Amino acid sequence: MSSIAFFGAIESGLLFGLVTLGVFISFRVLDFPDLTVDGSLPLGAAVAATLIVHGVPPVVATLAAMLAGAGAGFVTAWLNVRLKILNLLASILTMIALYSVNLRIMGRPNVALLGVDTVFTPVEKLHLPYYLSDLVLYAAVCLAATLLLVWFLNSQVGLAMRATGANARMARAQGINTDRMTLLGMAVSNALVALAGALFAQSQGGADVSMGIGVIVTGLAAVILGEAILPTRTIWLAALACVGGSILYRMAVALALNASFIGLQAQDLKLITAVLVALAMTVPSMRGKLPFRRGGKA
Amino acid sequence: MITLDQVRVTFNPGTAIETRALQGLDLHIPEGQFVTVIGSNGAGKSTLLGVLSGETLPQQGLVAIDAEDVTRWPTPKRAGLVARVFQDPMAGTCEALSIEENMALAAARGHRRGLGRAVAPALRGLFRERLASLGLGLENRLKDRMGLLSGGQRQAITLVMATLNPMKILLLDEHTAALDPKTAAFVMELTNDIVRRSALTTLMVTHSMRQALDYGDRTVMLHGGKVVLDVAGDDRKGLSVEDLLHMFTKVRGEQLDDDALILG
Repeated sequence: MSSIAFFGAIESGLLFGLVTLGVFISFRVLDFPDLTVDGSLPLGAAVAATLIVHGVPPVVATLAAMLAGAGAGFVTAWLNVRLKILNLLASILTMIALYSVNLRIMGRPNVALLGVDTVFTPVEKLHLPYYLSDLVLYAAVCLAATLLLVWFLNSQVGLAMRATGANARMARAQGINTDRMTLLGMAVSNALVALAGALFAQSQGGADVSMGIGVIVTGLAAVILGEAILPTRTIWLAALACVGGSILYRMAVALALNASFIGLQAQDLKLITAVLVALAMTVPSMRGKLPFRRGGKA
Repeated sequence: MITLDQVRVTFNPGTAIETRALQGLDLHIPEGQFVTVIGSNGAGKSTLLGVLSGETLPQQGLVAIDAEDVTRWPTPKRAGLVARVFQDPMAGTCEALSIEENMALAAARGHRRGLGRAVAPALRGLFRERLASLGLGLENRLKDRMGLLSGGQRQAITLVMATLNPMKILLLDEHTAALDPKTAAFVMELTNDIVRRSALTTLMVTHSMRQALDYGDRTVMLHGGKVVLDVAGDDRKGLSVEDLLHMFTKVRGEQLDDDALILG
């Protein structure tokens, strides 16, 4: 693998690290299978790109994208806790609705960001090698998001959120408004995903309405991969595992695509991801059923 | 002072599986009283706990804690007034969280939760001290996951968690029923110590008539969603399980046919 492909993998690993942290909040902390992310990633991209094209400062546009993502997550959670729609279905409804919303925001299927200033412009002025300049910003944002998330999940409200996902009945008995926690958690989760979308659009030179397809599976793959490499006993380790899993996943993908003798092409990526996630989710339970368990109790 | 006045709860009203769980239940518990509640399956014990904790909102009647009408309050809103220990040791704690995190959740019961550290260093000292009083060596395992502990250890911690904050009533939902006899006896003695030491207003539901008479100040028997027997003071002293059954037969004019109650 060339060093450019290597740094590219780290770069997208860090970017999708934000998505992974978001997926971690919904799937792991809240135990809420949330497919909204497939819509909130392009939502973040659409909002940021459209605002930047209209002359809004890139940082403000990026923050607006996060706010839009938070709104999307809030809607999903609201459909679930207030209207009592099954969580998975609620997220699918929002995801589908966002496809139209994103087209409305952009006014067309894609918005190009060529020749305009983005959040990456100040970094580019540092005159780093071109394959590093975006990476620096991604690393900084990812680090900040990880630190903030760890701090939050160790706070009183954050612990209440974890209890909501772990044992909602007990959480309510301890005075925790579990509905409110779900609304808040889903908003934070999708804000992180929308942030990733906003940054992605700005580094790739535009937003596209179809850029979110399969993001949830990628995020889930990274969460599972992270849990496989690191024990997630503390929130610190769990958050690190998310970002680490995301980078590792991108590395594995880059390696697979580089190894031309396997015959894999870029278009096979989503199929491979889906197969990997399916395997990762079934292997732990399969292991217990096999008659010839190694070293375990009979 | 806990007041239940003509409380009625019907599950699935107007359907084929309509269940009248509570049919005009009256119960008044003065402050500091330890009440034990018995009754056969379907008598309304669980519904009574649900009505007090807020998990079940009654269709009719009044639920009041001190002077406050809490009839329509959902569980989180009245958590500052009500502490609870569940029958299932898994239900009262989060097994994915550590012991200290579970205790921190309980330490915030009845308080506003903010963005400060949940497991503050000052709390850790308190947790260690309270756990040490159990004599189970749990004070050295604050960072262990709750899921690593046995059912008895978890129930003991849940009891400690319930008493980290003041409450108006402690609800015990057959909290020793899922434990082996030796552990059950330990948890029951522990319960009695805690309740007596702080003179907690307590309502304990139990399947065991023996337990219902051995502990507490007053025994209430539910049947068909109503209080059918209510004994306290001198009437209750020296009362045997047989006496209780006899009283029930006299009051109801029918035989009690639930073996689980007699054997307990």
